[in-house]
Amino acid sequence: MSELVLLKHINHPDSTNIEYYEKTGGYQGLKKVLKDYSPDEVIDIVKASNLRGRGGAGFPTGMKWSFVPKDDGKAHYLCCNADEGEPGTFKDRLLMERDPHRVIEGMIIAAYAIKAQVAYIYIRGEYSLSIEKITQAIQAAYTRGYLGQKLADTDFSLDIYVHKGAGAYICGEETALLESIEGRRGQPKLKPPFPAVSGLYDCPTVINNVETFVCVAHIFAKGVDWFTSIGPKDAPGPRLFGLSGQLKSPGIYELPMGIPLSELVYNYGGGPVTGEFKAVIPGGLSAPMIPASGLDVKMNFSDLAEVSSMMGSAAVIALDETASIPVVARRIAEFFSHESCGKCTPCREGLHWATKILNRIEHGHGHPGDIAQLEVLYRNMFGNSFCALGVGAAWALGATLKHFRHEYDALLTQQSIPVSNRSSK
Amino acid sequence: MTVRYSKESIIADLESPIADIRKCYATQRSAIMPALYLAQEKYGFIDETAYQAISQILDVPEIWVFELASFYTLYNHKKIGKYHIQLCTNVPCMLCGAYDLMDHLQTRLGIQKGETSQDGLFTLTTVECIGSCDVAPAMMVNQTYHPNLSKERVDELLDQLTKAGAESSTIEEPSAIEESSVRKSSSIGIKP
Repeated sequence: MSELVLLKHINHPDSTNIEYYEKTGGYQGLKKVLKDYSPDEVIDIVKASNLRGRGGAGFPTGMKWSFVPKDDGKAHYLCCNADEGEPGTFKDRLLMERDPHRVIEGMIIAAYAIKAQVAYIYIRGEYSLSIEKITQAIQAAYTRGYLGQKLADTDFSLDIYVHKGAGAYICGEETALLESIEGRRGQPKLKPPFPAVSGLYDCPTVINNVETFVCVAHIFAKGVDWFTSIGPKDAPGPRLFGLSGQLKSPGIYELPMGIPLSELVYNYGGGPVTGEFKAVIPGGLSAPMIPASGLDVKMNFSDLAEVSSMMGSAAVIALDETASIPVVARRIAEFFSHESCGKCTPCREGLHWATKILNRIEHGHGHPGDIAQLEVLYRNMFGNSFCALGVGAAWALGATLKHFRHEYDALLTQQSIPVSNRSSK
Repeated sequence: MTVRYSKESIIADLESPIADIRKCYATQRSAIMPALYLAQEKYGFIDETAYQAISQILDVPEIWVFELASFYTLYNHKKIGKYHIQLCTNVPCMLCGAYDLMDHLQTRLGIQKGETSQDGLFTLTTVECIGSCDVAPAMMVNQTYHPNLSKERVDELLDQLTKAGAESSTIEEPSAIEESSVRKSSSIGIKP
């Protein structure tokens, strides 16, 4: 990719300032939309861009917007999912802290397309600085007439409110997020009906990720042809890859999808801190890890699916040879167990037991049948959990067994305690 | 002077700010989460008295308030220390030494995870992924992020906080590392 777009203004000291944003072409895309396009034309343009959601599932954004019923007489809502909580993911925080107006502009364009008059941005409570910057950006957008009543002499009006999360990973699941805004516990709901038909307050609702809205703003500023010229045809556009874990140069990298995982972790990530890589988690903690022998896979929805993993949030967590896989697995189980909403039995009970078993294996007290027990647990959680939390957890945990069974066996037979994860890098 | 704290006093304090927040939503119920935050910001924690006050202000059943207060983890149910240290120990931070730091923090502060120091200055807890994975290990002290931690950096910070805490009676955060300056030097968008 010749030029950085998503990260272009990130390091400018005035990047959060509306004057700077306007001076560098900000809100021009929105003005063009309000002046030249009907809502349906906006949806067609997003469809033509083939933009796929940047949150985790990768659903085509234009198609999602097109599911909202036309002229049904109901209120429509737009939500920005800024509950970034998938461990390893830190791109949305950067975008909100450093380029908040881009998020707002993308949201206004989306609201216009789906005829929403109220939008919420659900930001996790731990992200204080993001909340501050987004709130300031919303206020500035009102004073400049980008938000409020009858925008740019059209009949379109829009208010955006920040809803602050309060510490629940599950609220990143879209129906749980809506429950949370409605003032309920963040417990996922059965789909269908999908939110586009019946979402917030039982009204048609579109929920997109922060980076997705940022892409929307860029598409209307730079054009569909620019967007589709980057990366593979079925998943075009720039993408933010977050590199963390045991590699020399962690950070955020803007690259096209389809880049080989090995290039990401060696050329950009600088290679392992110690020795060789053991495995890499390609898309956030719920994405199954890929052993070092499989790093030539391309970072693409389809290619990662073929190796039984997923693109997720493009959060790449690298494990070098000092990492103990059973310890990492225990920590994965602990996290998902803590974050399980408690609604369904396989996830609530399964993760609790998986954590217990993994803990005793780690500390040298494993039982002979533990591996078989874990396999049964994971299989039941994978097939029977109500939402993607239990499924993702079981999938990620299952991969540690599939690829690194020998590390579990070593702990079970030698009764040794792995200490490698306790040392600083 | 004893601090006035009753259902009536909470209603007097929060009725007007909660009414403002209520305007952002279609239902009373949606305003419960922000109302709980308002109470926590004002008193440092939320308890049954606060649930009752919020339930009355918003005219919603008290159980609706309680079920949110008990589900979401950022609501505190008892008074916490002036400085709330939240260390991330999720996988990326763990791989970069967060467990060693937890041991160190517990030793330095003389408290276990989940406890508050006797002088009321520090509460130590863990937190799940705070989006600082590229600058791991990381923690938050109240609302401020502290990335790229080492034992030395933690010691420096604790010294600073202890000093600041002893000198002033209001909550003031000492000069923390501005994460923006750190992030500038991390590897944002650099090509090999």
